[in-house]
Amino acid sequence: MKKIWLIIKREYLSRVKKKTFILSTFLTPLLFAGILFAVIMITVKSVSTDKFAVRDSSGFFKDKLQSSKVIAFDFNDSIDHQNFAARGYTGILYTPGTAINNSDSFKIFSKKNLGVVASDRIRDQITKAIENHLLDSLYQINLTTLDSVRQQARSAQISNIILEGDNKTKQGNSQIAYWIGYAAAFLIYITLFIYGTMVMRGVMEEKMNRIAEVMVSSVKPFQLMIGKIVGIGAVGITQFLMWIVLVFVFTTVINSFIPPEILQQVQEGGNQLPGNNTQANEAIVGLAKAGVQLSTVNIPLIVGCFLFYFLFGYLFYASLFAAVGSAVNEDPQDAQSLMLPVTMPIIFGIIIMMNAIINPTSPMAVWTSIIPFFSPIVMMARLPFGVPGTVAWWELVVSMLSLIGGFLFTTWLSARIYRTGILLYGKKATWKELMKWAFRSS
Amino acid sequence: MNILEVNHLKKYYATQKAVDDISFTVAPGSIFGLLGPNGAGKTTLIRMITGIFYPDSGEILFNGKKFHPQNDAVHIGYMPEERGLYKKMKIGEQAVYLAQLKGLSRMDAMRKVKEWFVKFNMESWWGKKVEDLSKGMGQKLQFVTTVLHEPKLIILDEPFSGLDPVNSNLIKDEIYQLAKRGSSIIFSTHRMEQVEEICDHIILVNKGQKILDGTVHNVKQQFKENLFSVKLDRQPESLQSPAFELIGRLEGELIVKINEGNKPNDVLQHFMQQQCNIMAFHEILPSLSDIFIKLVEGTPLSRQFEPITA
Repeated sequence: MKKIWLIIKREYLSRVKKKTFILSTFLTPLLFAGILFAVIMITVKSVSTDKFAVRDSSGFFKDKLQSSKVIAFDFNDSIDHQNFAARGYTGILYTPGTAINNSDSFKIFSKKNLGVVASDRIRDQITKAIENHLLDSLYQINLTTLDSVRQQARSAQISNIILEGDNKTKQGNSQIAYWIGYAAAFLIYITLFIYGTMVMRGVMEEKMNRIAEVMVSSVKPFQLMIGKIVGIGAVGITQFLMWIVLVFVFTTVINSFIPPEILQQVQEGGNQLPGNNTQANEAIVGLAKAGVQLSTVNIPLIVGCFLFYFLFGYLFYASLFAAVGSAVNEDPQDAQSLMLPVTMPIIFGIIIMMNAIINPTSPMAVWTSIIPFFSPIVMMARLPFGVPGTVAWWELVVSMLSLIGGFLFTTWLSARIYRTGILLYGKKATWKELMKWAFRSS
Repeated sequence: MNILEVNHLKKYYATQKAVDDISFTVAPGSIFGLLGPNGAGKTTLIRMITGIFYPDSGEILFNGKKFHPQNDAVHIGYMPEERGLYKKMKIGEQAVYLAQLKGLSRMDAMRKVKEWFVKFNMESWWGKKVEDLSKGMGQKLQFVTTVLHEPKLIILDEPFSGLDPVNSNLIKDEIYQLAKRGSSIIFSTHRMEQVEEICDHIILVNKGQKILDGTVHNVKQQFKENLFSVKLDRQPESLQSPAFELIGRLEGELIVKINEGNKPNDVLQHFMQQQCNIMAFHEILPSLSDIFIKLVEGTPLSRQFEPITA
């Protein structure tokens, strides 16, 4: 036991002390945040206002086409289709019956093809203007009344899905559950690969440096394998815990910028906000909304389950990766073909997950979230949809137990392959031979 | 009591009898040579003694008791032929780590590593990585990690490969010192001149079986061919005698083979009768290398794979 502890300590410290570990721990979230930020910035910055001149001899559309961030309308009779570009307009709109436009349709002249956003916006504005005009002239409906009616109708559209517990009701949000599930499942998928191959490379290194022989004269092969797996697993857990702390600190800082009255308003589901609707305000409201939406998900349960499924999913696969590493010889290319049977289930897992997340209660989703090969990925995708609701407690318990059982089995199997493979030099072993090592008596 | 006693050890692989009924004993404080051509089964034999493999049958007694790999590992130091160290690990840490795995406390390990590093002039290496070392330096480090925990039994597989004469002597002296302090050393090699120099007792293994066992002196006596070297002050008139045959000349000395039933005195008499003065007369014993080649010759250079039916 003391020896396993020594091995774990070496495997752990030799990785955690590396500069690359510190860098990757802090840079990975920064990188993600940076990419997200860059995407948002590019989207925001690339929105330019297109100015359109409008020639409307009837005067019907004057003041009825509303300018926005994307499109600005300018009623200016001195502009025509020959000089609009020179005067700084993107295009010119002729209403029916004006100047060169004899047809019944609206005509837009422009130098280049109009974007989807711009042409949609123009059509919307025209439709709305005509609609308002018709409502007003045919039914004598006051336009200001109409606006408030529309506003009311829109606010009524906000509907919350209510999930029933025993007696409790709770706000559900499938959108946020979808994204959390997706992110968690993908994170498990990526980390299984990263840490699994890390174990494999470690075993290969020991075998190729021939240190295995020195080690095995001091410790049992099983101790060497388990020490390596646990040590590297601890590195993974450390990294996740650091990320969780980082995220917690980050969200706390962000939340402190949200004024309590806005948060309260958002929580009550109100859409009308006090104060003027400046951009900064909008951003804060967005953050507050995100916070409220997140609170519909049981975060401690998700984080706890995530750590469980990462740890045991890792343990389940890591020993298989270790077995593969022990069977590989000098040529790293050999690793590729031997790895395939181990990586296939992980890839299948992610494919099943993409289906399961759309329909988290389908029989396939339920059963694959219990089978240890797929459960770490598929179950993590289902969990954010709610535990007593979408995922029954028994499903979670059976899934966890079968994963633990699976981990014990793969470790037992791999240890038998490992102890033979680690000292065997020469040609690479086939899976058939590996199975023979695993299941022979003695 | 012998430090190691191996009785009827067998280990069969699917296509080879790697070790086929080998027995031998190693006395405390002795330097024991384990010789054999490539693929004779030396490594398999060593791996069983170090507890890496379990024998198919036979028993190993360590210090008079049945060998228990987990408990006895602390008393064994093994330096395999293929050197192995963690390349990225710092040298000092690595030596301490390997000593701890042998059961030393961290404090003891640190102290011993420092002692040995001073002895071998390696203090400045402490913070370096193994990948920065030359092959010979790595060899010295590997030797230190093998003997650091003062094992009762030290198994060295080709310990001098890659070492210059100065460092070879350094290691050789340490081997003598360790033997003097009571450690037994099993020394596996192909380099016969080293065996002759260092070993007290040898066994020769070929095709999984022991074909020779004895002290270096006895083995040489066993394989001597009654060759003698005679140095005379002048050329004798006759070299014909029923007592011996002339085999050759070497730098003015005559090499003679004494025939069955005759004694060295007969040879001397033959020359003295011719009024020759005998300047020198000594027996030529076969070198271990000659014996090795003689015994192993005729068997294929590398072992053939054969189906096992036992």
